[in-house]
Amino acid sequence: MTTVFTLQIDGRDVAGSEGQTVMEVAEENGIDIPGLCHLEGIHDRGACRLCMVEIAGTPKLAAACMTTIVEGMDVTAHSERLLEYRRAITEMMFVERNHVCAVCVANNHCELQDMAADLELTHFDLPRISPKVDIDASHRLFAIDHNRCILCLRCVRVCDEIEGAHTWDVMNRGLDTRVQTDMGIPWGDSTTCTSCGKCVQVCPTGALFEKGRAVASGSKRQRPFLPWLKVVKEERGQ
Amino acid sequence: MSEMPSAARSIRRRVSTEEIAEQPPRASAYVCEAASCMSAQAHDITVRLGERAAEAGLTDVLIKRVGCLGLCAAGPLVEIAETAQLFERVKPDDVEGIIKALKKVKSTDTRQPQGPFFEKQLRVATENLGRIDPESLDDFVGRGGYEALKRVLSEMTSTDVREEITRSGLRGRGGAGYPTGLKWTTVAKAQGAQKYVICNADEGDPGAFMDRSVLESDPFSILEGMAIAAFAVHASEGYIYCRAEYPLAVSRLRLAIRLAQRAGFLGAGIADTSFNFDVQIRLGAGAFVCGEETALIASVEGRRGTPRPRPPYPAVQGLWDCPTLINNVETFANVGAILRKGSEWYAGIGVGKSKGTKVFALAGRIVNTGLVEVPMGMTLREIVYDIGGGLIDGRPFKAVQTGGPSGGCIPAQLLDMAVSYESLIEVGSFMGSGGLIVMDDTSCMVDVAKYFQDFCREESCGKCVPCRVGTTQLYMLLDLITRGEATLDDLAQLERLAGIVQKTALCGLGQGAPNPIFSTLRYFRDEYLAHIVDKVCPAGVCTITPAEVTA
Repeated sequence: MTTVFTLQIDGRDVAGSEGQTVMEVAEENGIDIPGLCHLEGIHDRGACRLCMVEIAGTPKLAAACMTTIVEGMDVTAHSERLLEYRRAITEMMFVERNHVCAVCVANNHCELQDMAADLELTHFDLPRISPKVDIDASHRLFAIDHNRCILCLRCVRVCDEIEGAHTWDVMNRGLDTRVQTDMGIPWGDSTTCTSCGKCVQVCPTGALFEKGRAVASGSKRQRPFLPWLKVVKEERGQ
Repeated sequence: MSEMPSAARSIRRRVSTEEIAEQPPRASAYVCEAASCMSAQAHDITVRLGERAAEAGLTDVLIKRVGCLGLCAAGPLVEIAETAQLFERVKPDDVEGIIKALKKVKSTDTRQPQGPFFEKQLRVATENLGRIDPESLDDFVGRGGYEALKRVLSEMTSTDVREEITRSGLRGRGGAGYPTGLKWTTVAKAQGAQKYVICNADEGDPGAFMDRSVLESDPFSILEGMAIAAFAVHASEGYIYCRAEYPLAVSRLRLAIRLAQRAGFLGAGIADTSFNFDVQIRLGAGAFVCGEETALIASVEGRRGTPRPRPPYPAVQGLWDCPTLINNVETFANVGAILRKGSEWYAGIGVGKSKGTKVFALAGRIVNTGLVEVPMGMTLREIVYDIGGGLIDGRPFKAVQTGGPSGGCIPAQLLDMAVSYESLIEVGSFMGSGGLIVMDDTSCMVDVAKYFQDFCREESCGKCVPCRVGTTQLYMLLDLITRGEATLDDLAQLERLAGIVQKTALCGLGQGAPNPIFSTLRYFRDEYLAHIVDKVCPAGVCTITPAEVTA
């Protein structure tokens, strides 16, 4: 038997089951909490910091995607302060590498771009860091442009948790952090990649894309295919 | 260590404590063989002293390798234990003088005061430093070692032990000051058949070397502290996570673990009871963030060393999802003494909610660079001037930096502040693990802030956006200021961004990264303004090229 908790999010009374996260309960109740590393169907890691919310009684902010609900919790998911932080974090993502929407395959299909629109970003205050990064187009079907990668690691998680291949992983640290295939060899040389394309489907930006797509043509499937796959996997007893 | 000349090996045998036990020596020379003195060829001194003592026919004399004697600035150090006479900056030619002094020692001699550097200290966690041979279990036992563990196992329940630690008021010496007794109780009460004890020896703050000195000088006390903790929280396995940059500490720990296992103080059935506990060493690969407990756990598990949001705290869900107790080296070093001498004795030392002593590593522009342990509540002035001997060349004091990259700079007007966890936070700094870097008027505070920001951006694991990108942005702004190219808008941006990074970063590294900026802005704002408005660096550190005049 699961225990049901009642709590408040942005002043609204909502209910959720024990073990659910604030993000899940908010989603169920139509309250939109932004997030770019979160994706239903794979494990959360609390890294993008866009879903930070205020919880009454605790001085620190909490990542909604990794905070489990408790009875009587009073969550503020939208405030002036949180909006400022979310704008700043989104801006940091933009200036970190080299995002040029005008020539991006994901233009108009990009979650980072949507985030900027939702948060009503108008300009950047911070200077661009834009380090020189590589593009790996060695794979037969897909390519990765690290300029557009925001290190959400959805590709790493979907490859490991859903496909079970664990082709993707992470290397280096700080600004030098990169996703990599098979211990840093070119994607096309990977012996573990099954070419399933799930990484491309879950990528929130144009970092991972199908070859042959031109500007703005990189639309992706409707997102919620992961929960289905997860159910199938569980039913098979894996 | 491994490439030891064969001559040295024979000396080592001669100085082993077993032979001494039969006949107490009349005179003994203690040679500091911790990393700092070792790097100044201290081991050659030990070898030479042994040879010369043998040649001079001194059969009643002991030449002993010991751990850190504390006054690292004056190494290599040799102490005549009976008279407390200290030989500083010893060179091979000085050995004759020490032999002469050894000959003069009489059985009636007593230890003489060694001056304020030593006399004003209170040694608890470091009580065996410079007294015992770190590679000899007998030496440790001879100084009361393992008495506490034996008593705990034979006379106390785990609840008794936890209560004793709680009453002592001991708090985490890694820096945050979480009450140790409370942490132990949480782990003890957490659900789980398997529990772990981890010693955090991933000391990485610039200028800090307390943990290294303790591990190199008294490794058994850490093993004893961990075993007592394991008994108190019902754990049977322990890990010491030590950075690989400390090879001497690691080799002494390895030896200590082997000796303790052989003597029945580690392994199955410790001290002839039914209590089992064993310890393994895990080496860090040079990542500062692995000192953060969740990143440390990930690294021990063999994964990428990145933190995760808490809760759940490791006390409930830690190593391999089991309840895990993580304490710092210095915290474990206090445990044995507390149980031997009682919690009341320990709680009687210190001030307010900060009980006991704290080990500090004095570094920077200070005369007596070295390792000191003082009661909580001592003023910074006493630490810097009385113990530390003041500033090099008598230059004016400008600031002292505590708490590493998450700490802050404390200015001269606060020198009379009593040091405690609370007071340091009040003035915008942080206890941290105990690095204390003294700065004089040749330090530019903007440059200092830039240095620490550079450190944080270099050490950011890259997981969360505010730390990965934010620390670099902060560094770029500070760089702009030190080059004299910043505007007042940039200063406002610096403050705004620092606040955002502090509030949104995932772990302590990112949340603490803006602290050096906040504290230097709080006390040295005029220096920032001098760089920005007047285009001058008051300390003369930053090179600001005058802007070209364009017609």
